[in-house]
Amino acid sequence: MSDPIIKIQNMNKWFGDFQVLKNINLEVEANKKIVVCGPSGSGKSTLIRCINRLEEHQEGDIIVDGNELSEKTKDIEKIRAEVGMVFQQFNLFPHLSILDNCTLAPIWVKKMPKKEAQELALDQLKKVQIDDQANKFPGQLSGGQQQRCAIARALCMQPKIMLFDEPTSALDPEMIKEVLDAMVSLAKGGMTMIVVTHEMGFAKEVADEVIFMDEGMIIEKAGTKEFFANPKSDRTKLFLSQIL
Amino acid sequence: MQTINFLKPNRDNIKNYSIIGSFLVLVSLIDVISNAFLKINLTSFLPGSLTTLFPLIIGLIGLNMMRIDYSGHKTLDLLNKNINTNNFNALLTLLILFSIIKALPQSLSWMILDATISGDSKDACTGTGACWTYIKVWFRRFMYGMYPNEFHWRINTAFILVIALGFVGYFMKENLKKYLALYYVIIYPVIAYLVIYYLISGGSFGLQWVETGAWGGLSLTFIVSFFCLIFCFPLGMIFALGRRSNLPAIKYISICYIEFWRGVPLITVLFMSSVMFPMFLPEDFFMDKLVRVIIAITLFEAAYCAEVIRGGLQSLPRGQYDAAKSLGMGYWKMHIFVILPQALKLVIPGIANTFLALVKDTPLIFVVGLAELAGMLALAKTNPKWLGFAMEGYIFASIVFWIICYAMSKYSYNLEAKYKTER
Repeated sequence: MSDPIIKIQNMNKWFGDFQVLKNINLEVEANKKIVVCGPSGSGKSTLIRCINRLEEHQEGDIIVDGNELSEKTKDIEKIRAEVGMVFQQFNLFPHLSILDNCTLAPIWVKKMPKKEAQELALDQLKKVQIDDQANKFPGQLSGGQQQRCAIARALCMQPKIMLFDEPTSALDPEMIKEVLDAMVSLAKGGMTMIVVTHEMGFAKEVADEVIFMDEGMIIEKAGTKEFFANPKSDRTKLFLSQIL
Repeated sequence: MQTINFLKPNRDNIKNYSIIGSFLVLVSLIDVISNAFLKINLTSFLPGSLTTLFPLIIGLIGLNMMRIDYSGHKTLDLLNKNINTNNFNALLTLLILFSIIKALPQSLSWMILDATISGDSKDACTGTGACWTYIKVWFRRFMYGMYPNEFHWRINTAFILVIALGFVGYFMKENLKKYLALYYVIIYPVIAYLVIYYLISGGSFGLQWVETGAWGGLSLTFIVSFFCLIFCFPLGMIFALGRRSNLPAIKYISICYIEFWRGVPLITVLFMSSVMFPMFLPEDFFMDKLVRVIIAITLFEAAYCAEVIRGGLQSLPRGQYDAAKSLGMGYWKMHIFVILPQALKLVIPGIANTFLALVKDTPLIFVVGLAELAGMLALAKTNPKWLGFAMEGYIFASIVFWIICYAMSKYSYNLEAKYKTER
């Protein structure tokens, strides 16, 4: 067994007095796809935001690709550059064109020559099928197109890990499919992915493991088939019965 | 059965009513106009107060008759919708209209018809109107202050140079565009300072030295505003970012700075800069009064700029920060490429507001003995040869300031339109 690319040990996190994450232990191996599900407010998003330190944890260890995340971490930017993230609200930069959204970080963070960055960006945009929109601005695109652009933007940094924070929750039903298709093809390409989502169809199709969270704890963690076929805890059963 | 609806106009009798109504309004207008311009009272046959109220009453009845909903007549609908929605609005319309008409002849005759502009001494002003001769004679003083007449070309040349240098950004090549901010924030002010120092101050290259005490008039307004504007903006930006910093030292220094300068009146700041500040300086250290004043105003306005910019920073969604961070951008890259371009766009109206206030605050430097346009006016109106023309001077100054400020606000609207982005 290879070393896990993400390793979380006994991690606790508080917002003020409120404990959002309780004693989280998680190991993710390279090229594995993990789906995290659970009711809202269960700490799913906070968990994956901790993985690239958009949120700081107070106790325990998080080790991403051999680097421990803590206050002492000097090159947090370097680690973030290797961990792509896609947000629920897309968070494209509205003042930049789609192409510039994708090339900004490669040029300024990775110091890539502009031409190379543009070729890379167009390549990535083509994979999510919006290369024809490259010169438009985010405000001119539909939600689904914006989210696909956000995926392409994250991929332009050529990350080792991709985090998805409810990527389809802010989309109209008919746009969900186009985004999920992009994610499925990404998964088939062998990317390490952690996806917070309610799309159980997606989980069944690509996930290696499914994690169920509630009240800041990991209630259940199992292989995909196992998880859907015979969930162990009652809480998971209830959740699945409601969502499926 | 046909009912008589005398005061209830509708679509059927629209023609009669609109004609009678507009006739009555016309009568009221003619009455007021003849009263104001020709001094003829057409209604002198009416008793006392009725004479004055006559146009108002007639006009009101006229407008009331014209008030027909959905008349189908374009002009009439427009009129009814905008100035004649109900009796109260009709009354306001008439009152405003009449006051303008009444005030027009006096102001016209004072400002233009009876005004004097010929001659070059006070004796030319014999008419009852304004004495524009005063402005004409003092014009150079109002523009250049006590600066020697024969050297005015130096000020003009310096301004033309500075303006021309300001346009360099527009003609920069594409590959130099990324240095644009650097140019405007650091290089341009330095060059502008050197141009103004060597050309207007003189003292070298065979140009005679003219001390800053002699500078004045509109050119001084421009010099002070120009330097304060270009310095206070970047400084304000730094303090706005500082106030939002995670580092307590930087954060609290910024808060103290902003709250200190926002809490003191500008006039005391100016006094301090010119009277107190030199006392703290070493004996042999000399800093020109004008420079001190510019620094004082810059520091003062930077605090206001900082708060305006902070408002813009505050209004950006947190997702923008998250996205920039998740792409591996550090603090500076995130702010330079993602946060500030968006925040600064949002605060264009607020910044324009601060800048306009700054330009209009410059006359305050008179309290430390620097006479820009308004200061020169104050000096000129106490000149024994030219007593009694304060009004003309202030009208002139307000027109000049209005033109400057209106141009600035127009420019800010342009910027806003240019950098508008869809969300």
